[in-house]
Amino acid sequence: MSEPFLIGDNMTGGYGRGPDILHNCTISVNKGEIAVIVGPNGAGKSTAMKATFGMLNVRSGAVRLDGEDITKLSPQERVMKGMGFVPQVRNIFPSMTVEENLEMGAYIRSDDYRETMEQVYDLFPILRDKRFQAAGELSGGQRQQVAVGRALMTKPKVLLLDEPTAGVSPVVMDELFDRIIEVSRTGIPILMVEQNAKQALEIADRAYVLVQGANAHTGTGKDLLADPEVRRSFLGG
Amino acid sequence: MTQSMRAILFFGFMAALFIIEGSTNFWIFSGSWNTSLVILNMALVSAVMALGVNLQWGYAGLFNTGIMGFVALGGLAVVVTSLPPVTESWSAGGYRIILGLVLGALTIAGTILMRMKLPQGRLRGVLTLAILIGGFFLYRAVFDSGVQAVEAIDPSVTGNIGGLGLPVLVAWPVGGLLAAGAAWIIGKTALGLRSDYLAIATLGIAEIIVAILKNEEWLSRGAKNVNGLPRPVPYEVDLQQSAEFVANAASFGLDPVTASTLYVKIGYALLFTAVLVTILVLSQLARHSPWGRMMRAIRDNETAARAMGKNVTRRHLEIFILGSAVCGFAGAMMTTLDGQLTPASYHPLRFTFLIWVMVIVGGSGNNLGSVLGGFLIWWLWVKVEPLGQWLAQVLTYGLPEGHWIAVRITEAAAHMRLFTMGLVLLFVLRFNPRGMLPEN
Amino acid sequence: MDFLNAVVAITNLLIIPATTYGAQLALGALGVTLIYSILRFSNFAHGDTMAFGTVVTIGITTLFQSWGISLGPLPTALLALPFAVAITAVLLVGTDFAIYRFYRKKRAVPIIFVMASLGVMFVMNGLIRFMAGVKDQTFDDGTRFIIKARDFKNWSGLDEALALRTTQVLTLVVAIAIVAWLFWFLNKTRTGKSMRAFSDNEDLALLSGINPNRVVMVTWVIVAMLATTAGVLYGLDKAYSPYTYFQLLLPTFAAAIVGGLGNPLGAIVGGFVVSFSEVMVTYVWKKVAIYLLPEALEPNGLLQLMSTEYKFAVSFAILVVVLLFKPTGLFKGQSV
Repeated sequence: MSEPFLIGDNMTGGYGRGPDILHNCTISVNKGEIAVIVGPNGAGKSTAMKATFGMLNVRSGAVRLDGEDITKLSPQERVMKGMGFVPQVRNIFPSMTVEENLEMGAYIRSDDYRETMEQVYDLFPILRDKRFQAAGELSGGQRQQVAVGRALMTKPKVLLLDEPTAGVSPVVMDELFDRIIEVSRTGIPILMVEQNAKQALEIADRAYVLVQGANAHTGTGKDLLADPEVRRSFLGG
Repeated sequence: MTQSMRAILFFGFMAALFIIEGSTNFWIFSGSWNTSLVILNMALVSAVMALGVNLQWGYAGLFNTGIMGFVALGGLAVVVTSLPPVTESWSAGGYRIILGLVLGALTIAGTILMRMKLPQGRLRGVLTLAILIGGFFLYRAVFDSGVQAVEAIDPSVTGNIGGLGLPVLVAWPVGGLLAAGAAWIIGKTALGLRSDYLAIATLGIAEIIVAILKNEEWLSRGAKNVNGLPRPVPYEVDLQQSAEFVANAASFGLDPVTASTLYVKIGYALLFTAVLVTILVLSQLARHSPWGRMMRAIRDNETAARAMGKNVTRRHLEIFILGSAVCGFAGAMMTTLDGQLTPASYHPLRFTFLIWVMVIVGGSGNNLGSVLGGFLIWWLWVKVEPLGQWLAQVLTYGLPEGHWIAVRITEAAAHMRLFTMGLVLLFVLRFNPRGMLPEN
Repeated sequence: MDFLNAVVAITNLLIIPATTYGAQLALGALGVTLIYSILRFSNFAHGDTMAFGTVVTIGITTLFQSWGISLGPLPTALLALPFAVAITAVLLVGTDFAIYRFYRKKRAVPIIFVMASLGVMFVMNGLIRFMAGVKDQTFDDGTRFIIKARDFKNWSGLDEALALRTTQVLTLVVAIAIVAWLFWFLNKTRTGKSMRAFSDNEDLALLSGINPNRVVMVTWVIVAMLATTAGVLYGLDKAYSPYTYFQLLLPTFAAAIVGGLGNPLGAIVGGFVVSFSEVMVTYVWKKVAIYLLPEALEPNGLLQLMSTEYKFAVSFAILVVVLLFKPTGLFKGQSV
């Protein structure tokens, strides 16, 4: 099997000079896939994703994007290489309008980004209605859409989402998952960290269960949902 | 090199500077013991101020830019404590002034009380305005007539209400108390908000305090200055007339005039040293007490301390009041040393920001460091000008006298002080942020 | 007639001066607020930055005068202003390069920046004293009045005079032009938007590929423009002296905080709130009262709430009230 589009291969590392949080952890996502990382609190889910984005010190192992080794690159440089990242919190510019948020997403682009903006508005129609409203005044779910939209403005080759449904109501959560599936249908591979393991596994083509910074179970979403041990330990039976 | 070795070395160096100043007439040194003592006395006062600021900044991380105000309040304390009361002024209008001030205070207290008792709403808003406006006009009516009456009395000599006629040493703790009161008001308002806000609020209160000293002639005589404040040490003239003193001076081989000036200055130096040592010891004790440890814990991680149930704002208020009181105390000492209160001489660069340079250069959080900073920076402050002139001479050596470059450089040398202090502060912050004697 | 006289009296000594002063404060407060929102600290050297820009303007003005260049009825300083802005910008960007950048890289806490700004304040204060001494300086060489008091009296037949100085009109025109440009820049240009983004959410701005060094540099250049203009307008209107400019720090800060630190619109409103309060509280209301009240109620006193020396107390009182009741300011500023 050829190598996945984005892979964090055998990563060990931690924040700055701090202790290692990840231990030989591998996560990857392929074209056209949704990959999710689930696990108990403090398992290093977000950390693993941030490691692929260059936000922590990977002491051994490597990160490769489309076969290119990007282990040494800064997050900004990875954005240039085509990675889009949506942080869990503080992921919008609250005092700026929705449209300005999207413009800032396209800041590094020198070509005409209006077409991309239209695509984002098509994907998230509510944002078109609220395009001149300050993003900070929107509801939680709408703000997450702004955040994802902002990341999409760079036309990323892969999108990383850090707990996109944190703190939103179940109805909004379902809607957000629908949107994420739609984004993935446009051909962008998605790697996301999720707290709501069950729903996430249902839409996952590839899933990782992390425990204490190491891979515990790997497989397709369906496999893991069916795995009795995963069910017992993480999904409450 | 260990910490104590460093301390001994630096203080030894400082001592040497003062000894050279007194004994050698060379380069920028005057060779006059009198000058040396003058610098030393102000250095001692500065060191006390630096200790006060170090309490706030070094222990608790509070950024106070109103030191000048607290120092000035100390100066005012000397006037209102030690001057004899001017009886005619009191009978003319002094009591009316006091009544006016009481009315003013009652207005504010009444407003606060009313706001606490009544629920929020339009009635409360209207009443607040009504009480404030009514109270203000009542206060002004009583107060202004009193002030006019007092200031009319022999304005070239008095025109003020004088003081309580107590010994001048009593004024020092009173200065501390006045400063503590002002600090309480400011702390209640600005503590608990972002750190910059305290800085701006204290900057403001300092300007206001000095404005009061400059304008309330019934209190501080404003631009007319208060001269002839009582002293805790004998007067030179009296000493020179004492046969015993003259004889003693002669036995040291000194003429009476020199001996008397030295005697007076040494007297101040001893008094100030006693105060400095006491405050230093108390500060050290406080630092190692549970209270001091908690203070530093709060400084290092406020969020964690709050989470552990510590009342951070309350602790900050305590140390802010304490540190300001020390500055007020030092301010009273300084005015006593000067023997006069000159409201126009209070300048924030000199009385607020220079003290900051002392604390930062000496070593934030380290009391000995603050004392050292006080000595060194004060010495520099005094000596930068002669140094600048010397430098100007060297630079313009060989230029004909009156050449425009020479004139320009010599003029510029007069403004070296602020420039140098700024550079010192920036360099220390950048390359040695923990100061000469770092906190251990 | 009495009513008209009262209106003229209020306009002449309250509304016109307060508006002028308010515009000057607003420009100063805009500088403070911009630094706060981009570099995240209260810049204590701002008063001295205004002074520096003014001193340079005075220098260039003198040079122009010696060459015989003038703007006719307008002060020559206006011609010198752009050059002074450029020089001040070089100084500020240089200061950032030499001092603040180091702490930004270390991600130092705001209070360290404030400390460093104290150092800068000292150095700048020394610098302006080197350059221009400590005395008051006036450098307005244009036509002094647009409306002269006597002309107004003759024209209107009122007892009260109204005078309008060129510098007062100039202050308003220049201030409006600069503020209009600033808002256009912040809201319509890519660079301006990237500055707002940086101020809103620094981490996300970095992720979006916004170059922090560029944002900071542009900020300093704009601050140089705002501070120099504010200082020059104040100096033309009143006079330049290093100590007055240092003291402008307090009302400027008060204006920025009252409006909501970090909020440009707030800074402008704050400037006028502070200036109008200052002038109203120190205004002698006696004349107005005499015109408006029946004779029986005529006041004996000056009806001045506070003497002019206490104008700082007014800035301060406003500051305290805002801190007590609305710490984020009238317009929502950044976090407290």
